[in-house]
Amino acid sequence: MVEEEGFRRYVAHIILWIGIAIVAFPVYIAFIASTQDNALIANGQMSLLPGGHFFETYYQTIFVGTSGSTREPVGNMMLNSLVMALLIAIGKIAISIISAYAIVYFRFPFRMPIFWIIFITLMLPVEVRIYPTYKIVADLHMLDSYAGLALPLIASATATLLFRQFFMTVPDELLEASRIDGAGPLRFFWDTLLPLSRTNMAALFVILFILGWNQYLWPLLITTRDDMQTIQVGIRKMITTTDALTEWPIVMATAVLAMLPPVFVVVAMQKLFVRGLVETEK
Amino acid sequence: MGSLHTPCVLTNPHSPFPTRYSPVHPMANVTLRNVRKTYLGGFEAIKGVNVDVGDGQFCVLVGPSGCGKSTLLRMVAGLETVTGGEIDIGGRVVNQVEPADRDIAMVFQNYALYPHMSVFNNMAYGLRNRGMKETEIKSRVDEAARVLELTPMLERKPRQLSGGQRQRVAMGRAIVRQPKVFLFDEPLSNLDAKLRIAMRVEIRKLQRRLNTTSIYVTHDQLEAMTLADILVVMNGGQVEQVGNPLAIYEKPATTFVASFIGAPPMNLMSTRPEEIRSQLTGGAAADAGILGIRPEDFVITDQTPAGGVALPLTVEAIERVGAETFVYGSREQEEQRVAATPGELPPGEIIVRIPGTEAPAIGAKIRVAALRAKLHLFSGDGRTRLEA
Repeated sequence: MVEEEGFRRYVAHIILWIGIAIVAFPVYIAFIASTQDNALIANGQMSLLPGGHFFETYYQTIFVGTSGSTREPVGNMMLNSLVMALLIAIGKIAISIISAYAIVYFRFPFRMPIFWIIFITLMLPVEVRIYPTYKIVADLHMLDSYAGLALPLIASATATLLFRQFFMTVPDELLEASRIDGAGPLRFFWDTLLPLSRTNMAALFVILFILGWNQYLWPLLITTRDDMQTIQVGIRKMITTTDALTEWPIVMATAVLAMLPPVFVVVAMQKLFVRGLVETEK
Repeated sequence: MGSLHTPCVLTNPHSPFPTRYSPVHPMANVTLRNVRKTYLGGFEAIKGVNVDVGDGQFCVLVGPSGCGKSTLLRMVAGLETVTGGEIDIGGRVVNQVEPADRDIAMVFQNYALYPHMSVFNNMAYGLRNRGMKETEIKSRVDEAARVLELTPMLERKPRQLSGGQRQRVAMGRAIVRQPKVFLFDEPLSNLDAKLRIAMRVEIRKLQRRLNTTSIYVTHDQLEAMTLADILVVMNGGQVEQVGNPLAIYEKPATTFVASFIGAPPMNLMSTRPEEIRSQLTGGAAADAGILGIRPEDFVITDQTPAGGVALPLTVEAIERVGAETFVYGSREQEEQRVAATPGELPPGEIIVRIPGTEAPAIGAKIRVAALRAKLHLFSGDGRTRLEA
């Protein structure tokens, strides 16, 4: 940490505060808008201070939804998003740590080709392979299901690579000591490698949870039933109304609610997250 | 300890450690028969090694880096495959046996402690994997911790320990197993010089007391000399010489051993110059191509002992280290000094070790001489020792 003295320090702090204001202001506006009356917002007379509709708006958002014909309580959308994000994050970590273990610690035929195949999928994100992926999910009758939402996003080259890099920094002697101590491959994985990967898993969980939570295109395609909507898709649908005024307080409340789980995850796992990114505990 | 077991014989009856902790061990000779290791690419790392380590003996493998000593140790541990010959532990050929089933314990150079486990769990892990009862594990670990003075640290993680303490944990992990054989892979090279000497003594005491057959790899010839019952000097995947350390020091079998064992290294010179040839007498002298004289066997004198060798030197440099003085001198007529391998002096230079009270001036012309009995004669290729 560089300790700056006097003036320079104030300048640095002022710049930081300006940055924070720029980032935080839209969030503040969203929150204010969610507590105001819709007519005021539509007229462009919104105050910058909280209005008096906080409980009313949030109650309606979470438990009832908009007053349009395709209303869906946001509480349900959040549950869908949460299940999807958790399935993606946990599924990805589970699959990729196992595949990285196989690639780093076992000598099997076509080990390198398999590694390269995994590596190449980095160049094929969901958007690129969306038609075949949709076809497969549809043929497997997984449209409008949690499995359909999560499975195609689970196989992950990035996470596999991350664990591979980490495993390669674990000293070979640790494996050898385990072998002499009578631990087989599964024991070594469970007793030594998993505990050592804890911080990496936490960092990855944070990133993947947010990635899953923010999915838009894929859930939009494969969910048709309103009760399977995720919150990101739901917000978009709320804004486009055909025959009525957009209910901005509810849209804004939904936006604020959509922000909360990622914020909670980041705050709760911040310590582990930072350690997972910077520290190698060996 | 239980009355069922006969405590092993203590080599040192004055050991400061109580005899209560004397784990029973079955007879464990380690015999290597023509052991070979060839890697897939065809590189031959171990070229047929024969060594016999008796029960309870402390065997040290020493050699320069890349000589195959660590590979050989890892083959005994089962961490490397054996491509030829047999490894026999306690009468059982273990070539195809898993490391865990060979009844060995190993101390690694970087200790290889499990970073996420407490000291206690590090030591207990191998025992748990063998399905030992928790009470027995606890008593064994506590006992080992007491011997190694680790009792106050049992709940700490390895990263909270100093290098020396980690080293002891690694030792503890080995001794709680009460194996037939201890394997040490340069266990002291990550410690500072002072601690290294202290731990060296500790290891020797511990091994004497437990009386467990041990194989120890090091590149440090001093460590090798002080620890070994049997010293195995290796070079280029082959054994150069096996034997008692002092016997090896006194009668090195090859010029490699001569220059590797002993510090500063033995002076080796060609016998071709007339100056030397004329001074060598006796049967073997005629066949000798290389003459070796240890620095400590020279004295500064004007006389030439009967049958001995005297050399005129110009003093190039001196090193006074208190108890002794090292004189680096150049020979006038030296045209080709024999190329030895490790710790090589510049060609033509002779190193002489004299008492610390003496110190010739730099540039002075001196004359040094060695007794007949102190001369080492080798064949011209340095591979054979010739006895006078």
